[in-house]
Amino acid sequence: MSPARESFRRGVRLGFPFATAGLLVSASFGVLAVEAGMSAVQAIAMSAIVFAGSAQFAAISIVATGGTVAAAVGAAALMNSRFLPMGMALAPSLPGGAPLRAAQGQPIVDASWVMANLGDGRFDRHLLFGSTAPQYVTWLGGTALGALAGGALDAQALGLDAIFPAFFMGLLIPELRSRVNAAVALAAALVALSLIEVTPPGVPVLAASLVALWGLRR
Amino acid sequence: MSDATAWALIAGCAVVTFAIKAAGPVALGGRELPDWFGRVVALLAPALLSALIVTQAFADGEELAVGADTAGVAAAGAALWRGVPIVAAVLIAAGVTAALRAVA
Repeated sequence: MSPARESFRRGVRLGFPFATAGLLVSASFGVLAVEAGMSAVQAIAMSAIVFAGSAQFAAISIVATGGTVAAAVGAAALMNSRFLPMGMALAPSLPGGAPLRAAQGQPIVDASWVMANLGDGRFDRHLLFGSTAPQYVTWLGGTALGALAGGALDAQALGLDAIFPAFFMGLLIPELRSRVNAAVALAAALVALSLIEVTPPGVPVLAASLVALWGLRR
Repeated sequence: MSDATAWALIAGCAVVTFAIKAAGPVALGGRELPDWFGRVVALLAPALLSALIVTQAFADGEELAVGADTAGVAAAGAALWRGVPIVAAVLIAAGVTAALRAVA
């Protein structure tokens, strides 16, 4: 088997637990989207072509609470703004011309990006693609389940809103083994907490990413 | 929301997500980046993940709020720390949150 194929397969295996958890996350999205007034087809279409959890949750909640489409799209852009530094980090590990590079940026999702990160500034792109593949499949499947069952479920009573942050906790915990990482995570949490009430959604996360500049010292 | 609003929202989110994910790989090309870049990238993951968690678990919209979901996420964190798989952890988060809301 070629090394690329082997990396891809390893990625699929590594992506599996996140894909399973993602099924629950996307099911909770499907329920919330229908509660917010989308049709099941629209909820599924959004997951298929947007495929970015935090942006989808943010956009839906803003429109559901009376915000404009422009405000919701702006919040989605801010939530996704973390993919900008993540894409820049991935860039040196990608081959090809502009269209191919743009396409290879699309499978970036948090779990895959973290796992494909080799720790020295380089990335295993085939592992990233492999890990995202099962996550995409379950993201669609879960959204469909949630959207179709939607009316019959009470998202709040079932605690579905706790699923999404718990999923990120699963990505964060292994990162905390190193003292520097733990200190950066704590500082980022404090930055984000202090901005929640004074900036639009998405800004606290983007501002907290600046804590990573701590890596510049030395 | 109306049909047209929903489709506009979906199209808008799709366009900005595509553009943001494409921007880094296209703008930087394949050129090698300096050493410090790798160190910053390595710290980006814990910073972003931790900020995403607190903004979900400690906020209702733009207000700080500690609730049943905060406890659920904390329980999931404790379980993960002890080596519980991620699928079990998200179920714990939902279960604890739902249980607390049921008794509240």
